[in-house]
Amino acid sequence: MGNFIRNIALSAIVSVSFVSAALAQAFVFTAVPDEDEMRLRQRFDKVAVYLTRELGVKVRYIPVKSYAAAVTAFRNNHVHLAWFGGLAGVRARLLVPGSEAIVQGYEDRFFITYFIAHASTGLRPADGFPAGIAGRTFTFGSKGSTSGRLMPEFYIRKHLKQAPAKAFARVGFSGDHSRTIALVQSGAYAVGAVNFKVWANEMKAGHIDPAKVSVIWKTPPYPDYQWTIRGDVDTVWGRGFKARVTRALLDMTDTDLLASFPRKGFVPAKNSDYKPILDVARSIKLID
Amino acid sequence: MRRSERVSTSFGFLGVGLFCLVFADLSVSTLDPWQEMARMARGLVTPDFLAVDRLGEALLQTLAFALLGVALGVVAGFGLALVFHVRVVRWGCAFVRAIHELFWALLFLQMLGLTALTGILAIALPYAGIFAKVYSEILEEAGPRAADTLPAGSGIVSAFFFARLPDAFVHLKSYTFYRVECGLRSSAVLGFVGLPTLGFYLESAFKQGHYSEVSALLFLFYVVIATLRLWMRPRLIPVYLLIAPFVLAGGAEISLDNIVRFFTNDIVPYPLRSADVLDITAWTAFGTWTWELVADQALPGIVATLVLTQIALVGSGVLTLVFFPLVSRRFLGPVGRTAGHAFLVVVRSTPEYILAYVLLQFWGPSMLPAIVALSLHNGAIIGHLVGRFSDELALRPDHPRGLDLYAYEVVPRVYGQFLAFLFYRWEVILRETAILGILGIQTLGFYVDSAIAEIRLDRAMFLIVITALLNIAVDGLSRAIRARLRLATTPEIQ
Repeated sequence: MGNFIRNIALSAIVSVSFVSAALAQAFVFTAVPDEDEMRLRQRFDKVAVYLTRELGVKVRYIPVKSYAAAVTAFRNNHVHLAWFGGLAGVRARLLVPGSEAIVQGYEDRFFITYFIAHASTGLRPADGFPAGIAGRTFTFGSKGSTSGRLMPEFYIRKHLKQAPAKAFARVGFSGDHSRTIALVQSGAYAVGAVNFKVWANEMKAGHIDPAKVSVIWKTPPYPDYQWTIRGDVDTVWGRGFKARVTRALLDMTDTDLLASFPRKGFVPAKNSDYKPILDVARSIKLID
Repeated sequence: MRRSERVSTSFGFLGVGLFCLVFADLSVSTLDPWQEMARMARGLVTPDFLAVDRLGEALLQTLAFALLGVALGVVAGFGLALVFHVRVVRWGCAFVRAIHELFWALLFLQMLGLTALTGILAIALPYAGIFAKVYSEILEEAGPRAADTLPAGSGIVSAFFFARLPDAFVHLKSYTFYRVECGLRSSAVLGFVGLPTLGFYLESAFKQGHYSEVSALLFLFYVVIATLRLWMRPRLIPVYLLIAPFVLAGGAEISLDNIVRFFTNDIVPYPLRSADVLDITAWTAFGTWTWELVADQALPGIVATLVLTQIALVGSGVLTLVFFPLVSRRFLGPVGRTAGHAFLVVVRSTPEYILAYVLLQFWGPSMLPAIVALSLHNGAIIGHLVGRFSDELALRPDHPRGLDLYAYEVVPRVYGQFLAFLFYRWEVILRETAILGILGIQTLGFYVDSAIAEIRLDRAMFLIVITALLNIAVDGLSRAIRARLRLATTPEIQ
């Protein structure tokens, strides 16, 4: 009850400075929910334990439901560090001046989207863009995803010279990569675009029947996931805090922890690494 | 004479629905639904209550958000109902209830973050708008006889409490009770956008294809809804309301800066955001911005929304007439009715989003799964209400039986009430078309969702206002039709 009344009172009168002074500051991070959301909490709670040990401050993970929710929480200063996809990271850094991409996964320097098709389409794997997908049904992943939305849409517009809504009989947004695979596998959609890491995971888990759904094209590589941190963390947790977070993330070598991403390891990153993503997002008008 | 007008109105709507079918894409394109269907069926018969972490917590949160949200809505709505004759109040209420709870939640998430207040307000605000309207109608229709007998010079306040309120109280109570069930559904669905209610886990489990967890969560929710009458006792309500805030305690803190930023920056159209008031180029850019939004999203969105709504409205009506005998004393014995109740609880408590997804697997992406999902959901809700209403009918001892009873006695006698419920539900169906983006149906709600996904709150707000205006128009039309047909403006809910 006390908490509830406090919330209501706060919303009415009190400003942010009071609140942050009144509450012990935990360092909070989140991650975009790109796959197996059910396990995200378990996996990232382990990462929180690791970071708490490395940084000597209380670190907490909070789960969010969507890419936009992750960006919003970062912007509202409810989370201070986030594991973003390329596009979400670019959006977040535009909204929070001073925030920085600090670390990316080894694989994120050359990320790839797979175009997958149901067997009945007769589409075969090819080196060039599969122009035969025009006029069929097509599903993206989440609306805010880099690999499930931004890059596939960019290549569709480039090669088919039309917006997806015009180029296909119907365009859906499955919500995430696992769902995209399930929908194309069942033939609900004829073609879809999926993150190559998730495809490999689902293949390993035995969820994919190669007789029903297969990869027909691989996009050229682009930069994707990264850890982005707010610019004001040093003022809250002391000078050099950002550098210590960066170090802790780069030093994460435990295979169990890395498997939660899943990445081979982490390498340094900077905002300019994501210039190509920003340009593509602007070119297809996903960012003003 | 009156009856024939009701019949002709029904045929009119049927005609509009059929006409809309011409523009609806109903193609069936799925090839291989059986693998996924088999997994779903297996999940359904093997509910796994242990697999869901925080199942009890999710259930408590769902109840707490629903109860606090509805309670706040009742208090605010009742207050507003007393001044409902003021035009600004009426319009304000129409506006807040025209926006789906999910969109309210998404807006409050921007301002308040993942806090208890976000969830409570997302329910309380639209519900206050609904309560204000319905309460004021109930109070208006309360018989004036008691008030007429008061001595001259009785104060307004005592007249209200001693003459008007007692007469209306039963109706206020039964309507409020009905809204608690709606509040539970709303609360569960708020989980889809991140509040920690059942919907949070339901959506995750469903998206990942963990169907045993899905069925565990759904069963739990069905039981809560089906037993509502047992635990929702007037005497216990204060106890629940005292406990609820403790359940919701915690979460992010609220910052005034974020709220101010939302109003002064986020929802200001992008071209005007940092421009001078007299900057002509900014205003030109704003013109282009508006026009593009209207031409590319609002207009096609309105067409798709209306086409889907009109067909689903007819579908809901037809299914209501099929469903209501399943729970009616007039047609079934206790065993049959219990089965009927269970069936309707399942159909109306399963979120439309999940119904639509299951049907999407069968039929592929088109308007068909959306129409059927919306019709099933709303048909089950109205069927439940009409069924209850039919229980109240007094029949002659020599009444016909079976199909004759249905077609010549019960349906004609419940028809007015049936239409009242259906027209009343019209704007609700319109709002519900918002959450079917997975089907690739580009309703207004689809574009609002896209704008929020792109964190373009200026566009989201613009489209939400258009959605609200469309809702207000439909609401006004429905009101006019109900008045013309002399249907009760407020459906009688026992």
